[in-house]
Amino acid sequence: MNAAIITFPGTNRERDMALALRAATGRRPTMLWHRETALPSGLDLVVLPGGFSYGDYLRCGAMAAQSPIMAAVRDFAARGGHVLGVCNGFQMLTEAGLLPGALLRNASLRFLAMDCVMRVERADTPYTAHFQRGATFRATMAHGDGNYFCDAETLARLEGEGRVVFRYEGENRNGSIDAIAGICSANARVLGLMPHPENCVDPLVGGTEGLPIFTSIAAHVAA
Amino acid sequence: MTKLRVTVFPKAGVLDPQGKAIERALSGLGFEGVGEVRVGKVMIVEVSETDPTRARAQGEDMARKLLANTVIESFTVEPA
Repeated sequence: MNAAIITFPGTNRERDMALALRAATGRRPTMLWHRETALPSGLDLVVLPGGFSYGDYLRCGAMAAQSPIMAAVRDFAARGGHVLGVCNGFQMLTEAGLLPGALLRNASLRFLAMDCVMRVERADTPYTAHFQRGATFRATMAHGDGNYFCDAETLARLEGEGRVVFRYEGENRNGSIDAIAGICSANARVLGLMPHPENCVDPLVGGTEGLPIFTSIAAHVAA
Repeated sequence: MTKLRVTVFPKAGVLDPQGKAIERALSGLGFEGVGEVRVGKVMIVEVSETDPTRARAQGEDMARKLLANTVIESFTVEPA
């Protein structure tokens, strides 16, 4: 799988993401600075990693969504390319209009740095085929603005089309509507989620419960 | 040069946890009869456009594209 990770000023999870992709595919992803205006040809996956791009100025992900590279990412998605956004990357995807809704300040107003449990609602997406539907797995979260929100009409559409891929199991700490932790585009190729599966890919450091996301997408693009 | 004041607020029905926290803190300080508190942002934007109508239209375009996220926020643009 040819993957590229896009980095912005303030991105800080790109190395974890690179390790996760390498663990799943054996290949190093390309690292791309946000000032680039084109994506390398032959790319299978674009990843928008976590962090605090532009210091979360204005709104989380708002400035990054206007970066030069994002026009190319939009084109890539429009052509059916796979795009994964984690944490700040999920915020960028909503700000860029590639996924609906928005991520609000956590209902508790507290930054949440802890483990959470996610339930897999769809096991038929490119990112979740290596999970069983309904399975739960542990991931880490580290965010101040992870409270997923959308209007009632959008929520009905997301739920009706089965686009909620992950939900928080047990306590819904950030206050997300319908306990939504991750959603996908109508074609299921653009996925955004708040928790960090890339931090759960190594048995020596926190276990491997997040690895199926990366092996799933790698197997999907190889098929 | 025209100065525009762009005011951005969470839409009605969108949770405003900062507003809620301030509401509780004001009551905690002994202020009686505090109702709902909403927290928004004010941005002053200078533009070279001198025609007020055109300057305002430009400000509204800026708000729609970047200054506000219309999924969760409403905005007003007026001369500053």
